[in-house]
Amino acid sequence: MSGQPAGAAVAADGHVRLTDSTLRDGSHALAHQFTEEQVRAVVHALDAANVEVIEVSHGDGLGGSSFNYGFSLADEFDLIAAAVAEAHRAKIAVLLLPGVGTVDDLARARDSGASVARIATHCTEADVSVQHFGAARDMGMETVGFLMLAHRIGPAELARQARIMVDAGAQCVYVVDSAGALILAEAQARVAALVAAIGADAQVGFHGHQNLSLGVANSVLAVQGGARQVDGALCALGAGAGNAPTEVLVATFERLGIDTGVDVDLALAAAQDVLRPTLPRLPNADRSAIVQGYAGVYGSFLLHAERAAQRYGVPAHEILQKVGEAGYVGGQEDMIIDIAIQLAESRRP
Amino acid sequence: MVGEVTAAIVGSGNIGTDLMVKLLRAGGLVRPRYMVGIDPDSDGLARARRHGLEASASGVDWLLKRDPVPDIVFEATSARAHVQNAPRYAEAGVRAIDLTPAALGPYVCPPVNLDVNLDAPNLNMISCGGQATIPVVAAVSAVTGVAYAEIVASVASKSAGPGTRANIDEFTATTASGLREVGGAARGKAIILLNPVEPPMIMRNTVFCAIPAEAAEPGPVRDAVTASIEAMAETVRSYVPGYTLRAEPQYDPPDARWRGMARVAVFLEVRGRGDYLPEYAGNLDIMTAAAARVGELLAAYLAGPRPQVTA
Repeated sequence: MSGQPAGAAVAADGHVRLTDSTLRDGSHALAHQFTEEQVRAVVHALDAANVEVIEVSHGDGLGGSSFNYGFSLADEFDLIAAAVAEAHRAKIAVLLLPGVGTVDDLARARDSGASVARIATHCTEADVSVQHFGAARDMGMETVGFLMLAHRIGPAELARQARIMVDAGAQCVYVVDSAGALILAEAQARVAALVAAIGADAQVGFHGHQNLSLGVANSVLAVQGGARQVDGALCALGAGAGNAPTEVLVATFERLGIDTGVDVDLALAAAQDVLRPTLPRLPNADRSAIVQGYAGVYGSFLLHAERAAQRYGVPAHEILQKVGEAGYVGGQEDMIIDIAIQLAESRRP
Repeated sequence: MVGEVTAAIVGSGNIGTDLMVKLLRAGGLVRPRYMVGIDPDSDGLARARRHGLEASASGVDWLLKRDPVPDIVFEATSARAHVQNAPRYAEAGVRAIDLTPAALGPYVCPPVNLDVNLDAPNLNMISCGGQATIPVVAAVSAVTGVAYAEIVASVASKSAGPGTRANIDEFTATTASGLREVGGAARGKAIILLNPVEPPMIMRNTVFCAIPAEAAEPGPVRDAVTASIEAMAETVRSYVPGYTLRAEPQYDPPDARWRGMARVAVFLEVRGRGDYLPEYAGNLDIMTAAAARVGELLAAYLAGPRPQVTA
């Protein structure tokens, strides 16, 4: 592990750093079909609004382009390079899920100009990220840990997993509400537990989803609980019912006197004038998306469940309910097809 | 004793201990004699002693001072450890069967390529996910071209020890190579996921193969692909009884979302025999059963009439 922990530098003045994930988590809502033109336009607008970090990757992270998660329209390394070229102030971040992407992918992203490595694991499996944090720090990248589906375990256990990531080299660890299932105090308690456990060595972040319409409210409580990094996506573009919308976070934080350094008008313009006209569909809290939040199902399973529903003639919300009961974790998209086949067989007269 | 070949198991964790149970039960040509670990309190070492093996927590240094050294070593540590140990085994004239994804020697997947060079100092067992999925890819590519094979392996968190967890990148890289080199796919990709759900989930594997459009349409080619997959599953079942297809192979026509590829998807479940960890740990079972099979093959070769070596 090299370099200094990033913990103290920005925490003292109450500054909150926003990371916009439109071009990563938002990729789920577009089935990973972002074009280079869209990437350039969105990065340009976010950079102008002074969003400090912009994440660009396949929705399932580097190397996610696959049968299992959906193939990217454009090569993600080309998109990362385009984002880097377009950004004057913002850092470009990438997501990596160990088991899906590799250190080699991370090195290619770094060579394309990405400077922040966000390493994501299921909330109980932090130790699979140790080699990736070490490699990211050795490459001189800033590091962020992502504990996904954070509603599945309690605050104390989550904090122990965060400690594993920090010891491996993470400079910030996020409570990631991948299912949009955390409700207010549940989100804040997890953030507070992480701040207590790792706050001296690293920052704490929060990544919220809208399945139960609480992405922004949970983010506010997270900041009040000590989170210093928060994720959003323009127009809520993201998995499931979408992410906490960046432009709403910016406006709300400004009203609360929380300093993000982001220009409200320019953030609103980025969402309304730049991204929205290019979108075929906006995420919304429909029946399937609410079931995800209610049953605690990984957000990006939504479109996969809808496709399996069509292919096998069973309702998407029933598939998602079964996925929740089985306890499948992020990345197990193949199990959606398996469940759809079993459901279709059980309905056969 | 004539015809007996001694073996050491290096790594006293989940995989090493499960392998020991299998070798002892098989009572074949391979006699497990040594078990080596690094943790003196490990359950695996204690079990080894109970079964009459000489066991030590002093690592490979201890093993290579034994007299005699074993004929075969089964490496069940981590890829990194095996890279360090392999030259020492070779120097001592000990054959290595490598259960880590270090990928130093030729890949072996018993139902597909037992015709490997048994004079090689090191044979690599690829990965648990590779042992589960490569047979299916090979079964498809025996009938039709596989332009791309992708596998997703899901294992119970409880079945993944520290070696496995430290080797996630090596797992994906080595498994992907195995899909090409042994499975016969032009390109390969491997994904692994750990799931902590309680009760633990049984190991699952999904195989996606990109195939020509005609092979995905109803007809003789598709029927031949299905028959080949089912026959291969039967072969794997001969040494991993819990290896099953969850459903018929699923065929889909070419799709723009898949860059115009047609595909067959095969959903596998691997229920273990419960030798060391409970039956959810099919990932252990398929790896150790395959390694035990390769061990028997190598032992027969070592114990049998040797080809004349000319100076």
